[in-house]
Amino acid sequence: MNDSVTLFLIFFRIGAFTFGGGYSMLPILQRELVDSRHWLKEEEIMDFYAVGQCLPGLIAVNTSLFIGYHLKKLKGALIAVFGFVLPSVIVILVIAVFLSNFMHYPQVKQAFAGIRVAVCALVANTLISMFKKGIVDWFTAVLFAGALAVLLFTDVSPIWIVLTAGISALAYKQIGSARQS
Amino acid sequence: MNILITLFLEFFKIGLFSVGGGLATLPYLAELTEKYTWFTMSELIDMVAISESTPGAIGINMATFVGYRTAGIAGGILASVAIVAPAILIVVLIARMLEKFRNNKYVEFVFYGLRAAVAALVLSAGWSIAKITLFHLENPALIERFNWPALALFLLVFVLIRKYKKHPIVYLAACAVVGLVIPF
Repeated sequence: MNDSVTLFLIFFRIGAFTFGGGYSMLPILQRELVDSRHWLKEEEIMDFYAVGQCLPGLIAVNTSLFIGYHLKKLKGALIAVFGFVLPSVIVILVIAVFLSNFMHYPQVKQAFAGIRVAVCALVANTLISMFKKGIVDWFTAVLFAGALAVLLFTDVSPIWIVLTAGISALAYKQIGSARQS
Repeated sequence: MNILITLFLEFFKIGLFSVGGGLATLPYLAELTEKYTWFTMSELIDMVAISESTPGAIGINMATFVGYRTAGIAGGILASVAIVAPAILIVVLIARMLEKFRNNKYVEFVFYGLRAAVAALVLSAGWSIAKITLFHLENPALIERFNWPALALFLLVFVLIRKYKKHPIVYLAACAVVGLVIPF
């Protein structure tokens, strides 16, 4: 099949099965783009997700745009974002037009309680490989622990965490290479 | 001014200024209730609940919903396009630079640090949903702080994912059915 059609279908599936924030798209991204098709490395998804956090707009949209651009330039970015957004728009319009009492069906709540459990398990699974790629030495272990502590115990925006991690890694590596030479 | 133009401009602005994901759009939407008579605050709260229980990015769901309420199906589509339009311009510009400097030594140094931060970000986001899904942390008694059926399902699904490595959609659909059959 044509790569553009495949790209559209991948992001359509992601848009249709992402429940919760941007992080919940990561298991499907990893499955479709890293494991099944080898179009991307896991590290690249992490990089795009990090930069996507710091730019204006929705994290999931930004991540889709970065990945689409990486694979097929401007055309890829547009295909990815269109595929990701389309299921949301269709589902919400259908609910708004036909199911105005959508939230009052007890079945919706029950199904969602189940879906949330699956999201937890899928994200936990994705985290295992992200730990392996992200925490590679003592310095990144310290960065990880520091970032996690700040996220759990303060209201500091993730943007500052990403920026601080990037700058301190740059400084650490620079000092390291200056010492060697 | 034409309502569609106003709608587009308002959601373009939200897309441009909300940094940090879906719920970051909330203060801006609350502001719209004061500025226009498109929807009320209590309708906005309903919209948040629906957006959280439907697939896709919350920001887009909110835009579609508000747009539809305001100006019908055309409004729903237009508001969704407007909220992602600024990101398309900005991300494509940054992505172009990023691809150019991808193999630069300093860019690699930065990403080496970012990946550790991403692991922490995803863990904390995962924890925020696990907290309300697998636990009842508000309960004083220790034994009641755990949502035992949800935890059991979580462990089962986690083991199945590790073992069979099926597509994530399989587990999402299966758990939706489990939730319908065994309410917990």
